[in-house]
Amino acid sequence: MNDTASKPGQTEVWITGIGLATSLGEGLDANWAALQEKRINVDEKGFAPFIVHPLLPVTFDSQIPKKGDQRQMEAWQRIGVYAAGLALDSAGIKGNKDILSKIDMVVAAGGGERDLNVDTGVLTAEAKGVNAPGFLNERLMSDLRPTLFLAQLSNLLAGNIAIVNGLGGTSRTFMGEEVAGADAARIALSRIASGESDIALVGGSHNGERKDLMVLYEFGDFNLKDKFAPVWARKDHAGFALGSAGAFLVLESRAHAEARGAKPYARLTSVVTDLARRKQSGDMEATLEKLWDKLPKRAGKGAIISGATGAEPATSEERDFLKKHADFPVRATGTMFGHTMETQFPLGIALAALSISRGALFPPNDSTGTEIEMQSAPTQIVVVGAGHWRGEGMALVEAVS
Amino acid sequence: MTAPRDKLGRPVVVVTGMGIMTSLGAGKADNWSKLVAGESGIRTITRFPVDGLKTTMAGTVDFVSVDPFSSTGLSERMAELVTQEALEQAGIGAKADFPGPLFLAVAPVEVEWPQRRELGRAVGRPDFTYDDLLRISGGGKYSAYHHRFMFGSVAAHLAETFGTKGSPISLSTACASGATSIQLGVEAIRRGETDAALCVATDGTVNPEALVRFSLLSALSTQNDPPQAASRPFSKNRDGFVMAEGAGALVLESYEAATARGAKILGVIAGCGELTDSFHRTRSSPDGKPIIGCMKKTLADGGMTPDQIDHINAHGTATPENDKMEFNTTSAVFGDLAQKIPVTSNKSMVGHTISAAGAVEAIFSLLTLEHQRIPPTINYETPDPTILFNVVGNKARDARVTAVMSNSFGFGGQNASLILTREPA
Repeated sequence: MNDTASKPGQTEVWITGIGLATSLGEGLDANWAALQEKRINVDEKGFAPFIVHPLLPVTFDSQIPKKGDQRQMEAWQRIGVYAAGLALDSAGIKGNKDILSKIDMVVAAGGGERDLNVDTGVLTAEAKGVNAPGFLNERLMSDLRPTLFLAQLSNLLAGNIAIVNGLGGTSRTFMGEEVAGADAARIALSRIASGESDIALVGGSHNGERKDLMVLYEFGDFNLKDKFAPVWARKDHAGFALGSAGAFLVLESRAHAEARGAKPYARLTSVVTDLARRKQSGDMEATLEKLWDKLPKRAGKGAIISGATGAEPATSEERDFLKKHADFPVRATGTMFGHTMETQFPLGIALAALSISRGALFPPNDSTGTEIEMQSAPTQIVVVGAGHWRGEGMALVEAVS
Repeated sequence: MTAPRDKLGRPVVVVTGMGIMTSLGAGKADNWSKLVAGESGIRTITRFPVDGLKTTMAGTVDFVSVDPFSSTGLSERMAELVTQEALEQAGIGAKADFPGPLFLAVAPVEVEWPQRRELGRAVGRPDFTYDDLLRISGGGKYSAYHHRFMFGSVAAHLAETFGTKGSPISLSTACASGATSIQLGVEAIRRGETDAALCVATDGTVNPEALVRFSLLSALSTQNDPPQAASRPFSKNRDGFVMAEGAGALVLESYEAATARGAKILGVIAGCGELTDSFHRTRSSPDGKPIIGCMKKTLADGGMTPDQIDHINAHGTATPENDKMEFNTTSAVFGDLAQKIPVTSNKSMVGHTISAAGAVEAIFSLLTLEHQRIPPTINYETPDPTILFNVVGNKARDARVTAVMSNSFGFGGQNASLILTREPA
């Protein structure tokens, strides 16, 4: 098990910037308002029978001023660069060359969208009997846009964020679906807590409106079909609805933040992650329990923000885990934002920090009773992220004392 | 005996196990003997038809079988084999019980053409749309492909096979990935989170689309005949890199933990550094400042000065831009020494192993320290007159080597450097 608990003598790490672009809107106010109104933005027709949470359109120009830069990116990168820009704005460091030239970046990323016309064109030609040995090569050489590769490469999300915002510290891209988002936060936190780094930009982005991704998840029958339901109500109709979102955080040592007069949304106290074998029923639940015990003791008013996907058996195992901690009101981000894969964990941390800073947990949105009201202001929120197939993570976000 | 802590008070990080595989062969012994003999692993591609391609050669690993074949499957198998070799040498932990985390550099994963074609055939009629592919993808027939093409699948497999601890990290920093995996391991040990880390880098992605992608960016050499002469780092007539496959694994330990268990120390990761270039997606900032900064950061991290470096294992891709940029930036950091320190590029023989390169070349650097012999840069017939490196051209050279700088630069502004030494400073 890996853990990044702040140890005595280690630096306290604050969340001083949050950037969100989701299916519910852009920015903190729009997302917060949608959560209060229990608004959910799903498209049940565009990809029928599959359901997606499409990005609520944004004006990319405001964060990616050069059209040339926008053209070099596919949607997943544009969403991410946009959200990263919002996070830098929110931390008050946009354009601050001194800070941006040293800020460290840890990005959780998948890959970019394929050109479906090229893929379909090759396959249908082959189905019609074209079988020359060099056919695939020739079609790819002539049909693929030269720069598409750069829009697909995982580390080019970070690359584009650096180019558009002039970042010049370190840049690391983690892959590996949901837990990549948790590990990105874990490594960034441990680097700041140990003094290796003062400030970091952490997050991810995902375009859920992609048929090539749906094929991949359909291989494992993971896609939610036909009818939307909150994640806790999908037991007999399991699956996740892919969501589009970018979520970025600025993490900063307390001293660095105070020196520049930055205010925290919350403190990121600890991030722990693990890889359950998931060979037998209960393996994942046991790992979540282990991670729970690894987090520093929780004494305040606690809540849980879960990234449960709606896929089985992971969601049922997570529900079993949650039942043992029923005194913590739960919210599932998958219901409201869809499943945003690598982005779900940073999104969970963002919503935890936002809830703490606004003095209220957002209302439940669930028909099964798994989510209950929380009247008091949360001072501690545990973010839970269990991957649909592999990988478990947990974070503790706390009010700054 | 030296102190277990470095000049900055951090635990010294040593290497106690290494495993390697390239187009030259499997294992350290085979690779090293061929490397110092100046052999090339580059050959005409036979894995798939090359009709219609501008580049028809690569450094493929054809002696490892994977069934059903996929680039991700090959990457996984190579990673497994090099890890076995590294663990055998290190003699650490117990079987399937490695006492530390895994940091894996791996190429981005996606569904590949053989599987896509299988789907296309399964539709069963000549005209169809992408929706038809989507419609037949479910039902469990292809569930193995879901697992295969998860980004985290290779790391999950290695973590389960070798019993590494915690969540394994899969990472990509393009052509610097291998170096980044080592850097993450070093940092974890320095922070005191673990006494040991397994750093693995693998790349088995010589497939038609990957070749086309690099080809469309004009990054690849097209000097196909003879293939062995295609990769020409620092030569006037260099025209691009040669794609290659390979893998490297390193067992890192704190000096204290390694000596406590009586492990043989193969070398020290004395310094690592990283600096992002925000100039362009594929090109370095013309002033070279990010690369210069990266090398300086690495020296500072190792508490070393340029005169303490007596060999540079260059990134040396043989693209026109990289090699020139590497000389200019090295000169800015090392001054006149840039023309004196022996420099070599392993890519002249094994090609560019992309995601694996940083680890493969770190291992070659450690073998250079062990054997006190610098492998040559082959195909160095027509030196580029503007690149005044002291290139170890064509023939291996015996030399006193105490500290090697190994550089890796990648798309997306990724720059990473390592300093490897024999003994703790």
